[in-house]
Amino acid sequence: MRLLTHNMLSSNIKGVTNGFPLRLEIEKAVEKQVDFNVDFLKNMFVKIEWKALVDASRAMGYVDLPDQTEPSMLDSDEFLKKFHHALLELHLEEGALICPETDRRFPVNKGIPNMLLHEDEV
Amino acid sequence: MSSRPELQAPPEIFYDDVEARKYTSSSRIIEIQAQLSGRALELLALPDDGVPRLLLDIGCGSGLSGETLSESGHQWIGLDISHSMLDVALEREVEGDLLLGDMGQGLGIRPGVIDGAISISAVQWLCNADKSSHEPRLRLKAFFGSLYRCLARGARAVFQVYPENLAQRELILGFAMRAGFAGGVVIDFPHSTKRRKEYLVLTCGPPSVNTAVPKGKGEDGESCSDDESSEDEENRMVCISDRRRPRKLQKITKKGKGREWILKKKEQMRRKGNVVPPDTKYTARKRKSRF
Ligand SMILES: C[S@@+](CC[C@H](N)C(=O)[O-])C[C@H]1O[C@@H](n2cnc3c(N)ncnc32)[C@H](O)[C@@H]1O
Repeated sequence: MRLLTHNMLSSNIKGVTNGFPLRLEIEKAVEKQVDFNVDFLKNMFVKIEWKALVDASRAMGYVDLPDQTEPSMLDSDEFLKKFHHALLELHLEEGALICPETDRRFPVNKGIPNMLLHEDEV
Repeated sequence: MSSRPELQAPPEIFYDDVEARKYTSSSRIIEIQAQLSGRALELLALPDDGVPRLLLDIGCGSGLSGETLSESGHQWIGLDISHSMLDVALEREVEGDLLLGDMGQGLGIRPGVIDGAISISAVQWLCNADKSSHEPRLRLKAFFGSLYRCLARGARAVFQVYPENLAQRELILGFAMRAGFAGGVVIDFPHSTKRRKEYLVLTCGPPSVNTAVPKGKGEDGESCSDDESSEDEENRMVCISDRRRPRKLQKITKKGKGREWILKKKEQMRRKGNVVPPDTKYTARKRKSRF
């Protein structure tokens, strides 16, 4: 699972009002190269919760994302490369996603988060 | 004989390791799913600007449908309830991210972030109650409500579905509308039992020009058989749903079948070994109106 997906996911448990962002529990992270596409990054930039992406990338050991952003940064190739790397190339392979409100653990195996809810969570 | 997998077992049981492998190694299935996904992507009507979008593939299975999205350069997140199907997707090194999840529990995705969603041959599963705790209506409601929320305004969701009957289609569509979607059903090749395919085309947000339901393929008023050569791929029409289909078109279809056509069809069926009533002077005669 890439951080792009992590940035979109939110805990869906019944009664949870703010299930975002899910905390990362990292046992194994991997990097996979992905083609660089500026248009996609610009399309995504407005939708990304920046702080969550910064925190997640740091948890994964990548510290190059700036804390603050402004739209003008989208003109900087250097910034876009970092954004690209954090968003699409860092994968959580083994570990878990933790609901920020209930601490419920969603295990991640072979890069696939198990988001299935128990009956009493629906 | 029931060949509907939905009636045999819950999806996570039906699509076990054996079935997942069988499914994904059939060249016929691969081809059909690619065609269906291609058409769904076309119906999503994403802006033609070359910008890759973030899409959802609901019931992504082993990634056959997602592959079509990748080929068009899009990023996608796939959700499926079958572990075995997702394992095959991993083996095939699909480019999308995969989630193990049940669409009937609702999608845990932030509001307004998804540019479009497709679902190929999966949503009809929601109409079954596979566990005592399952209430199809609640599951449809949770699914469509959460889908509506996570889509960007104006974004579309296109589902190719195999509803068991008209009532099931209306049930699915009804819950989509209740969640706030506008849209309807597009039927490709409505007169061919083999090639007939249904797509729910839903738009997020208030009705506007781009919520109009696009045209179906292969409706030319003449062909009403499985005779594929007689179907004109270019000829399309709007099919909102059978219920609302214009009367006129149904009539044209009827006029197209003369005595000759019927005799030809009957001969074809005989050659296939079917039991067909003999040809008589009554063949192809119009029935007297009874009332
Ligand atoms: C016929 S397969 C289609 C797979 C893929 N879309 C394709 O085109 O090859 C249907 C898929 O829907 C999935 N499915 C059924 N019910 C589901 C549910 N409630 N939540 C998520 N996936 C589901 C099944 O596990 C199966 O992989």
